[in-house]
Amino acid sequence: MEDTAIEEAEVSGAAEFAPALIASHPHGNSVAVAIGPELRVFDLKSGSPVSLSDDCGGRSHADAIRAICFGVSGALFASAGDDKLVKVWKTDSWRCIRTITSEKRVSAVAISNDDLYVTFADKFGVVWLVTLGEDGAEQVSVDNKPVSILGHYCSIITSMKFSPDGRFIATADRDFKIRVTLFPKNPVKGAHEIQSFCLGHTDFVSCIAFTSMSENQSFLISGGGDSTVRLWDYINGCLLDTCQVRDKMGELLEQNETDDSSLAVADICPSNDGKLVAVAIQSFNGVMLLACDLVGKKLSFLKVITMEKSYIPTSLASSFSSEFLWTVMGASNMPNQASNQLLTRLRIIPRFQKDLISSDNGPLILEDSEVPHGEKLLLALQGSLDIAKQEEVLASVLSALKVSMHKMLVKKHYSEERREQRKRGRNDKKIKN
Amino acid sequence: MTRTNGVSGGGGGGQQQAPAAGKLPRKRFYRARAHSNPLSDSHFPVPVSPDEVDLSQHYPRYFPADKGGEGEEEAAPPPRIRFADVGCGFGGLLVGLSPLFPDTLMIGMELRDKVTEYVKERILALRASNPGQYDNISVVRTNSMKYIPNYFRKAQLTKMFFLFPDPHFKEKNHRRRVISMQLLDEYAYVMEVGGIIYTITDVEELGEWMRSCLEKHPLFEAIPEEEIKADPVVKLLSTATEESQKVARNGGQTFHAIFRRISLQEE
Repeated sequence: MEDTAIEEAEVSGAAEFAPALIASHPHGNSVAVAIGPELRVFDLKSGSPVSLSDDCGGRSHADAIRAICFGVSGALFASAGDDKLVKVWKTDSWRCIRTITSEKRVSAVAISNDDLYVTFADKFGVVWLVTLGEDGAEQVSVDNKPVSILGHYCSIITSMKFSPDGRFIATADRDFKIRVTLFPKNPVKGAHEIQSFCLGHTDFVSCIAFTSMSENQSFLISGGGDSTVRLWDYINGCLLDTCQVRDKMGELLEQNETDDSSLAVADICPSNDGKLVAVAIQSFNGVMLLACDLVGKKLSFLKVITMEKSYIPTSLASSFSSEFLWTVMGASNMPNQASNQLLTRLRIIPRFQKDLISSDNGPLILEDSEVPHGEKLLLALQGSLDIAKQEEVLASVLSALKVSMHKMLVKKHYSEERREQRKRGRNDKKIKN
Repeated sequence: MTRTNGVSGGGGGGQQQAPAAGKLPRKRFYRARAHSNPLSDSHFPVPVSPDEVDLSQHYPRYFPADKGGEGEEEAAPPPRIRFADVGCGFGGLLVGLSPLFPDTLMIGMELRDKVTEYVKERILALRASNPGQYDNISVVRTNSMKYIPNYFRKAQLTKMFFLFPDPHFKEKNHRRRVISMQLLDEYAYVMEVGGIIYTITDVEELGEWMRSCLEKHPLFEAIPEEEIKADPVVKLLSTATEESQKVARNGGQTFHAIFRRISLQEE
């Protein structure tokens, strides 16, 4: 019976699938991929894989990593996930300088622009803040425990970003909301002043990103389960424009492939010139590019870059200094997945800037041989160069990817008896003040 | 004590009789358990944003249908809701406030379906038997712990009421209390500077909790006792509602915490 199968999966603790993540150093120094509990980093300057050293209280992550990010200056990197640990790394030595324990699993992480604070969101929707040392030195002081600074009541925060000027912190949740809060000079006391709510999504918000054309003005872009990408004036909580990704996909895909729930926006990534937005869509084997007009405050469809049939990007990344759009596909926590099969596949789009991509010269996707540091990079970040083996693994990931995001972010509705049964198994820890 | 021969939680909707116009609904047919789980996502429509809230449904006299939805020629901006009673129960406070502020739009928010229906019927009956009155109050079924920003714009409300909220005694359930540091951020957002938040309870520990949260929160400051005594609304807190009348009958004590929404002092 289907119900018992689901029960077993939940009872055995097999969490939902965890997509592979990718992040790029803001100055293009390195690229990081997270797949399952593994963090793989490649140093682009020296052309060699990085070996992470983690001697501050524990192994690397013990369970799926759910969020990674670089700080805007590039000095720090953070990773966090299902093992309830947040790890902060220095990007010059790739040593872990801080390991923070969370009471609950972590769903999002961010580093403040001045590298002084790390914020992380747990599955209760609470955002916690930790103060780092001035020079990033190890701080094992007892009084530096995480403090809660804000919360989305009983919701799961899917994405958390600091505004480019550092004045605001934006958080998006599964209950269709985006909240923009003032990030005070002394955030340890909490971030209580809400600047605005950006309301308009009609389904979970999966990702947000700030984008700007000039120093003074920046905007917020978001993607969601309602298959839209939206542009916001986040200071006033105004929706400036909406791009209906579903409509575009309807034109491009076959009739039978467009199932509502499979067109959720999985990730978005603005280009460094502020004129493009790359969109990863849950069941689309490629990347959709939107033209972002920050003067006219409009988003419009530009083109799609289609990749091989079995490649669906799960995460996107770009940097300030290079014109690459990095994409990765992979997943962990799949049923029947052996732990040594943590493979990912990378594809890179080279000319990720409006003027460059509009002109017709050159390929839209880099061949493996053209990838910077070619095989070394791909081996380090993918886990294997064996195409056949990869195809096999990724094919199994593919079908799950198509349904999983929906399952992950849309609240499940249980029957009465299942609810009672779940309550019995629950273990609420006492909240210490 | 809930009466089991009345209408119980899930079904039994058939026992509700729409009262004759002007006749007040009878509570007997709208009984529901005092407690409702605010964490479960009940299926009721939620406006995507405050712009989608259809005020003409709630306050028809203020939004005559024949003017048309858009009304670009409108001289005055449309009136907005200014008072919100969070967890309004059977509507006692709204009914008491309506004549005190006849031109202010007020809304009650209640999670329980049956109770919301009761309040709707009550308001309709009062409007029918008192022409020209009670047009400024209404009720909506919603979970105010999750959806307050969906209903109200920034700095829209001038008063918010939290009368006899669920105490959630167990420490592990404290996070479900309707007044908490986290939720006060949202309440401060929808309130204008100078607006007043009124809370009252008969549970001493909860009273201390609410007062303490409000004291700690940087966007609220206590209102001095003399001002509280002079406020005509305060008397209603302990007399107008079902719950308060029950407390009075049993000779219980009430604990109030009344604070003003202030702007952040830059340090």
